[in-house]
Amino acid sequence: MSSPVSSHSAGPQGFWRKYVFSLDHKVIGRQYLDLSLVALTTGMILSWLMRMHLGWPTKAIPGLGAIAPEAAGGIITPEYYLSLMTMHGTIMVFFVLTTAPFAGFGNFILPIQIGAEDMAFPRFNMMSFWVTFVAFVILVAAFFVPEGPPLSGWTAYAPLSAVGKDAGPGQGWGQTLWVISIGTFCIAQLLGSLNFIATTLDLRTKGMSLARMPFSTWAWFITSVIGLIAFSVLLPACVLLLLDRVAGTSFFIPAGLVISDRLQPHAGGSPLLWQHLFWFFGHPEVYIAILPGFGIVSHILPAVTRKPLLGPRVFIACMIAIAFLSYTVWGHHMFMSGMNPFSATVFSVPTLIITIPAAITTLLWIGTLYGAKLRFNTAALFCLAFISVFVSGGISGFFLAQPAIDSYLHGTYFVVGHFHFVMGVAAMFGILAGTYFWFPKMFGRMMNERLGKIHFFLTFIGVYCIFMPMHYLGLGGNVRRYSAFTVDYMKGSVPLHRFITVAALFTGAAQLIFFYNLIRSRFRGQIATDNPWEATSLEWTTSSPPPHDNFGGHHPVVYHGPNEYGVAGRNGDYIMQNSPEPDPATPTAAARTPATA
Amino acid sequence: MTSMSMKPQVSPAQTGVWVGIAAITMSFAAYSSALIVRQGANPDWQHFTLPRILFFNTLVVVASSATLYAARPRSAATVDRSGTVTAVDAPHRNWLYVTILLGFLFLFGQILAWRNLVDQGITLASGPSSSFFYLLTAMHGLHLLGGLTGLFYVVYRVRRSTTERAVRAYGAASLYWHFMTVLWIYLFALLATRI
Repeated sequence: MSSPVSSHSAGPQGFWRKYVFSLDHKVIGRQYLDLSLVALTTGMILSWLMRMHLGWPTKAIPGLGAIAPEAAGGIITPEYYLSLMTMHGTIMVFFVLTTAPFAGFGNFILPIQIGAEDMAFPRFNMMSFWVTFVAFVILVAAFFVPEGPPLSGWTAYAPLSAVGKDAGPGQGWGQTLWVISIGTFCIAQLLGSLNFIATTLDLRTKGMSLARMPFSTWAWFITSVIGLIAFSVLLPACVLLLLDRVAGTSFFIPAGLVISDRLQPHAGGSPLLWQHLFWFFGHPEVYIAILPGFGIVSHILPAVTRKPLLGPRVFIACMIAIAFLSYTVWGHHMFMSGMNPFSATVFSVPTLIITIPAAITTLLWIGTLYGAKLRFNTAALFCLAFISVFVSGGISGFFLAQPAIDSYLHGTYFVVGHFHFVMGVAAMFGILAGTYFWFPKMFGRMMNERLGKIHFFLTFIGVYCIFMPMHYLGLGGNVRRYSAFTVDYMKGSVPLHRFITVAALFTGAAQLIFFYNLIRSRFRGQIATDNPWEATSLEWTTSSPPPHDNFGGHHPVVYHGPNEYGVAGRNGDYIMQNSPEPDPATPTAAARTPATA
Repeated sequence: MTSMSMKPQVSPAQTGVWVGIAAITMSFAAYSSALIVRQGANPDWQHFTLPRILFFNTLVVVASSATLYAARPRSAATVDRSGTVTAVDAPHRNWLYVTILLGFLFLFGQILAWRNLVDQGITLASGPSSSFFYLLTAMHGLHLLGGLTGLFYVVYRVRRSTTERAVRAYGAASLYWHFMTVLWIYLFALLATRI
């Protein structure tokens, strides 16, 4: 059942309008995903360089000296190590973890899931991609300016990030480019979030009430609300930082600051002000990275377990609670900043409270899995892996949420292990699950399952080998951000660092299987049907790939929620959202009782 | 069905402006809290007298909101059975031009205020209070330029497209413009009490 669309067009045919400056949300979504794949590769290579140096600090890295003048002879200096760390963190957080799951998949899938032809503002949409692209180019340009990229970390703490050249190599042009790049990125994300919110509110098709929206759409919607608020605070912070750097103001630079034997010509600024503004953005950013993963997992799990998601409304309420609480906890990144211990306690409490909705969602996923006859495809495996690393990384969060324990662990590898699990790898597994699940819809061909499973097992075992030992290193007092551990009491940690390095190289190499699978399946994969996973949401009612206006001249009409699995439907054990058949009275026996036989 | 203030159909543009207002409010909240924290952080905050022309500018921007309201489509709108709203009266172009003129007059007045301060030796980098003064006025001015772009777009719609689209564009652009006025009044109050 469907109703006609007023303006049906076949879409532009010229190369530039069709593939480059396209207004089609599907093309823009793919552009975001391509950009984040480039960013991911860049960020991963940077992490390899860091890992190789940490394992074998005195050995030259072949070829590095030729391309990076800062690492003469292929030996990474402590300063260059910090540059690599800064660029790795910035690229991964902004251009992979924000870009891929939210802007990428969200752009491609969200309008189709709500039965719209496109986003609410296609021109803004195109602009937000190209502004993101420009931001990435500006950031990467920092590699090529004199003295190289900045070294103040992805958090760009002032005054180190604010005073310019005196603070070290890369703190001149490199840091200025960093600030401009992130400011530009904020503008792109604000445009994107605005578009997502207006689209979800105004362009839902007939029958698509809020309660009938798929979980992934809910997640992108909530993420865009978080992003709207978070990036509107980071942008002013970047403006203030840029003014401190280029216009001689003193927002963040205190008086009497002497760096490199030079008295800095600034007075009275507050370095803590930067931390407050940054983390007011920075903590919600964690949820911008992970909530789309929540949505993707909750979207895929019912399709692979053939059971409805347990507690769908509770799940959505939990996401809203997380979004709200994410704005009350930023101070837990600043326990070590010299803040009042009373403030630390105040921030510690909501930090512990936010684990409750997170734990509830985890229990809902496990409850959904309980007794299910799982279809073990690659997307399902990555969903399971998402839950696994989210729990592993989340548990270490309990320790860090307490100021007394955090003051010991904050500067150590324990934190590195924690956030890589819970934010990095978990979000990454969400992205990978989404890729294996939606690839048939995006390109009309299936990905290779055998290669997918090999990729999965190597990656899953690999990330545990990389990040689990970091927790032990941290407990043992191994500080982070140091470029080598050869000369002092930390010498004993070097064998474990070598193990992590080898694991990182292997896990990275395993991604070549994924790249090969992506490219091969794009052209040689088995042709996909419209609904290969027997899923219920609207993207599976249209052709693979969907036509330019998504539903071929019609708007679908929605009769059901997205969670109708394990029921006696017309086509099997599920009911498509646009199927006019009546709601099933009761779930079938198979869905209600666990298959214990 | 008649009503004095024709409510345009709820359009994504309208929603978009509301969402944009939320974002801009948030970023000015960030600037404001930075101002308060910075003022409290150190005793180097120097108060100075705000240029008198700011009072005149405030009047100009309030007047521009009034003239934009005067530009609203006056006569009835019809609603057919499918719920489509058709306006029979377009926004009034002459009042739009007056509003645009007042918008530019406001920006010109802000630049005069800056010149006045520069003549006194108060510059962006001369102290934290002046840093915030220039920053907040510049940021508001930039956002107001966006509003002017929106008004030009309404004029374009009035001249070139259907009445209904013109009314929708007017609805979104005027919402944003009135917000700019309110934002300036807030900023003026903040600057007057803090600087």
